[in-house]
Amino acid sequence: MRVTVKFFAILRERAGISERVLELPEGSTVETATRILVETYPALGEHLPKSATAVNRAYGPRDAVLQNGDELALIPPVSGG
Amino acid sequence: MNDWIELSSEPLSTADVARFVTDAAAGGIDLFLGTTRGQMSDDGKTLLALDYEAYPEMAVEQLRDLARRARLRWPIVKLALLHRIGRVGVGEPSVVIGVSTPHRAEAFEACRWLIDTLKVEVAVWKKEVWADGSTSWVGSAEVRRD
Repeated sequence: MRVTVKFFAILRERAGISERVLELPEGSTVETATRILVETYPALGEHLPKSATAVNRAYGPRDAVLQNGDELALIPPVSGG
Repeated sequence: MNDWIELSSEPLSTADVARFVTDAAAGGIDLFLGTTRGQMSDDGKTLLALDYEAYPEMAVEQLRDLARRARLRWPIVKLALLHRIGRVGVGEPSVVIGVSTPHRAEAFEACRWLIDTLKVEVAVWKKEVWADGSTSWVGSAEVRRD
């Protein structure tokens, strides 16, 4: 299945990419995806543990199971306002 | 349309927000402006501006959700929730919130809750831009020299 990953702020700069499609085995969780992303972009390793994740624009847990076509966003600590 | 929710790359107009939330049913209007504060870093650099980035689709949904939740708690007549993205110079507003209610107490409370909750929930980030060209993401310990 395919999941679109979005990178923001420090994670976008560290990965050097703002969006990419990730090919994942069926049944993969958010945690599976983030593990693969850290292998691909080691510079994310330092910041991902402090970041939240959102699936289809809603915050959710790392053990959430992803579906084909989902949009997974990596959300570093927000600092709006 | 009683809610004005927007992420904007253009300067925010406080006057437009005040006009929008003005209503015959409201006796109290509260406006909050969050502005870029001029400051010096610990090592003596001067702040030039803040660069704001958003996950726009999520941030707008979150702002709408904040408006919905505020309306469940206070008798809000009109509400405006505007956040700037892009570069915001010292002294310029990055956030403008306007709330009108029948009486002032609810307007103060709702406005304060809106900015406090926005700051911890909404998918927006800011990066400090210093006079020497270095930048730093607020909330993510790192200084980067470009």
